[in-house]
This record gives sequence, structure tokens and C-alpha cells, in this order.
Amino acid sequence: MHGAETAVQSASAGFINLAYLATAILFVIGLKMMGHPASARKGNTVAGVGMMIAVIATVFDQQIVSYPIIIAGVVLGTLVGWVAAKKVQMTQMPQMVALFNGTGGGAAALVAASEFLHGTHMSAQLMPLAPAITSLFTLLIGAISFSGSAIAFAKLQELMTGKPITYPGQNVVNGLLALGAIGLLGVLAVSNPSLALLLGFVAVALLLGVAVVLPIGGADMPVIIAVLNSLTGMAAATSGFLLYNNALIIAGALVGASGTLLTVMMCKAMNRSLSNVLFGAFGSAAPAAAGGADAVVGSITEVSSDDALTLLENAQSVIVVPGYGLAVARAQHAVRELCELLAENGAEVRYAIHPVAGRMPGHMNVLLAEADVPYDQLFDLEEINDAFAKTDLVIVLGANDVVNPAAKTNPASPIFGMPVLNVDAAKRVIVVKRSMNAGFAGIENELFYRDNCMMLFGDAKKVLEQLVRELKGAAAGVH
Amino acid sequence: MLETTLILYLFVFVLAVFLGIELIGKVPPTLHTPLMSGTNMIHGIVIVGTLLVAGKANPELGPLFAFLAVFLGTLNVVGGWVVTDRMLEMFKAKKGGR
Repeated sequence: MHGAETAVQSASAGFINLAYLATAILFVIGLKMMGHPASARKGNTVAGVGMMIAVIATVFDQQIVSYPIIIAGVVLGTLVGWVAAKKVQMTQMPQMVALFNGTGGGAAALVAASEFLHGTHMSAQLMPLAPAITSLFTLLIGAISFSGSAIAFAKLQELMTGKPITYPGQNVVNGLLALGAIGLLGVLAVSNPSLALLLGFVAVALLLGVAVVLPIGGADMPVIIAVLNSLTGMAAATSGFLLYNNALIIAGALVGASGTLLTVMMCKAMNRSLSNVLFGAFGSAAPAAAGGADAVVGSITEVSSDDALTLLENAQSVIVVPGYGLAVARAQHAVRELCELLAENGAEVRYAIHPVAGRMPGHMNVLLAEADVPYDQLFDLEEINDAFAKTDLVIVLGANDVVNPAAKTNPASPIFGMPVLNVDAAKRVIVVKRSMNAGFAGIENELFYRDNCMMLFGDAKKVLEQLVRELKGAAAGVH
Repeated sequence: MLETTLILYLFVFVLAVFLGIELIGKVPPTLHTPLMSGTNMIHGIVIVGTLLVAGKANPELGPLFAFLAVFLGTLNVVGGWVVTDRMLEMFKAKKGGR
């Protein structure tokens, strides 16, 4: 009798593991398909099917005997997640990604806490060292990812200032928090742990997540979002070790690797190390201390919209350089309309996208896709940088540091060495900008003082819409 | 026995990391946001863990935190998937082209 029961159990365990294998395969195929714009949407669906298989198989697990909590959590989570994801605007995508990233981290932390409590309650003695450390480590990175993502969300949603928040001795405080977390982890792992100590550990981990993200400024958000993404992936993987679950290990490892790789790419695109991004509080330094301001010579030329119109009409080749200002002004539809008119006029129109333009990797591409700009008009820095010299007109929309030639020429500049778009090489440059405020890095942009550069001040959306109207009017007048 | 199992899981983990690097390294920057959001959905696999810890007769976390775990895991999966789908729906090539 007992033998038969065990046989049934192991048969069902075998079935569940086969289902997890299917999940892993579908995740890999889905990710592979997400590498090409044409197949990416199907890839997401393939991965989604993999997830459903894993969830359905898990429900049949022998360990699960009580369903009310599960049903309540799944139903409510589905409702809230669906509505929030459907309602969010494309300009708010970075904070939405941060938010869902944090929920995954929080879930992993709770799973780890449960396993730790299980391990220490069941046996009146200590938990074996390896699972104890694994569960505490998962709890640590899950909690950091949860609170860090919450702060990133608050910054991006402008619930708090997007500027770096710094105070004297910040790195010392952060260092002490990190040491405290590691110390508590050690104590909890080797001594008979109390609930109070565990809660203290969770509190320190949550504080650490907050403290690490506070000094991160807006333009460094692409890096920190990639870091948090990677952390949640790692937390999922290590919780897989706790639960002896290959689906969690494989999926978590895939995400951890992808987040880490994106982090490295973003840092390279800014020519900065990860530690400089995390601990440098970039952009909080006073502009005077930044140096290079004195090196700027020449004066600024303001262009009237009439003159801008003439330039637009005569340009045979146009490159648009979008930045975060485009997202703020929600000008993506206006710029597409303008570019269509220019294309009708016979001009070759392209977009140049800097890897760190916007607030998350690929932010500009999503915005322009929303406005129906075909993705084959979008070009990366390497693809297009040589083309600027042969271009009649460049329109810079809400981008600043990524087009600053000082990065190439001025060793005193804080952004020296950062790969920038060679906008200054074009015949004419029009910069659409709200005001003369310095960019995120707090440095003067030498581009604005060049002879071939003209400034068109105003809200990007309004300026573009006016240009569209005038271009249409001019065309109607001619015919 | 325990050590052998742990080593086996480590093999799986390390190979999956290398696979992840291979897969993601080839994704063009145009797709970085949806990719990040898509991998966001994939780390929602932690929902499996939340189901296991919340479905016990007496969850160690207590009913409230057990519910919270499942809720957060589900939010991650559903929200992540829908947001990614919405973004990718918009990516189109030139009209009539490829």
C-alpha cells in the first residue's frame, strides 16, 4: 500500500518535472525569438505559455494542499496587473518595468523567508549551513530589489525628486548598511535565530535597497534598472536552489545573465564603471566644479521658426536625435508627422538613438514605435555616427549630454571619453530645447556654441506641431 | 547525496547563465526595453515558489504574507507579460516593407 502511494507520488513528481523542462525550453525559444523585431511579440507569447505550464503543473504538486490563499492571490494579482499594464502610457514604461521588477524581488524574498522559517522551525536545531545561507542570501537580494525598485519607481513617476539625493558620508552609511546586512546574515546562519533578529535583517536589507538607489540621478536610471532586473533574476535562481526547482534556477539564471549584460552595455555607453554609477552620485556636483565651462567660446545663435522652416525645406538629408526631453514633452507623434512631411519633400530621414538616451535601455525606440515610426529608420550610435558629416540637417530633440562634443575633445570634462553622437559634424544643427539649463551632468554643451548650431527654444511638442503646420501651409501655398 | 544534488543544480545554473548571455548578446538595442520587460516576466517564475510556500496546510509566513507572496508573484507575471505584449505590438517595419 505504502509502496504504491510512493510510486504514484514519484510518477507525479516526474510529470511535474517534465512540465518544468517544457517551461525552460519555451523560455529559451521565447527569448531567442525576442531578438528580432518581427518575431519578438510571438516570442513573448511563447514565454508566457511556458509560464502557464509551470503554474498549472505546480498546482498539482503534492506539497500544495490548501488553495484559498493561492486563488485569492492569483485572482487579485491578475486583476491588478492586467489593469495597471493596460492603462499605463508608453512614456511611463520605465517606472512600470521598475514596479513589476520590484514585485518579483518581493515575492522571492517572501519565498526565502518562508524556507528559512521552515528550516529553523521543523528541526529544533540549526538549519544546515548551505540552505540557511542560500535562503538568507535570497532574502537579502530579493528585499534590496524590492525596495530599490520602489524608489526607482517613485523617482521616475516623480513622486520624489529625480535628482541624486546625497548627504555627507553617504558612501560610509551605505557601506555600513552592507556590512550590517552581511554580518546579520552570518549570525542568523550559524546561531539559533530569533524572529526579532530575522526581522532586523529584513529591515537592514530593505534600507540598503533604498540607500543604494537614492543617489542615482535620472540619466543613470537605465543602469540601475538593469541592475535591479539582474538582482531579481538572481533571487529567483537562488530560491530555485532552496526549493530544488530547475524551472526557477534556469529562468532566474537567464534573467540574471541578461540583466548583467545590459548593465555592462549601459555602463560602456557612458564610459563609466558600475561602481562610479552606483557610488559616484553623478550630476550632483556643482557645475562650476565640473570644469570645461570656461573652455566654451563663442555665442549662442537663436533661430526663428521661419528660418528653421527654410532649413527644413531645403534639407536633402535629415537625422533626428531624440532624448529624454522628447518623452517629457510627449512629442513622439509630432516628430513622426514632421519627418513624414520631410520625407514627402524628398529628404532622407533617419533617427539616431544613443544607447542611454531616455530612462531605460531602448526607451526612445519604444516611444517612436508607439508613434508608428518604422524600426528600420532607427539607427544605433555605431551604425550612424559616420553619416552625420554627410548630413544637411540634424534636429536634436531634448537630448543634451549624448551630443556634447566635449566628450571627444575636452579631457577636463566629466563626460570625456563617453561615446557621443557626432552631431557637430553635420552641416546644420537645430537644437530644440526648453531653456539654456545645463544637461543632467550639469555641464555646458559646447555644441550649442558652434557656428553650425542654432537653438529653437520652446516645448518640443509645441515647436514641432507649429513647424508641421507651417510646412503644410507652405506646401499648400506652392501648389 | 546532498552534495551531488547541489553540484547538479550548480551545473544547470552555470550553463543557463552562459545560455542567457548568448541569447541576450545578439538582441539589437531597438528591442532592449521590451527585452528587459520580457525578462521581467520570466523572473516572475518565482510565482512557482510562492505557490509552493502558500499552498501548505500551515504556511510558515502566516496567511497574510503567504497571500502577499502569491499576489506579488502574479502581479509580476501578468503585468510583465501584458506590458511587453503592448510594446511589441507597436514595433512595425516600413509599410509594405519586409
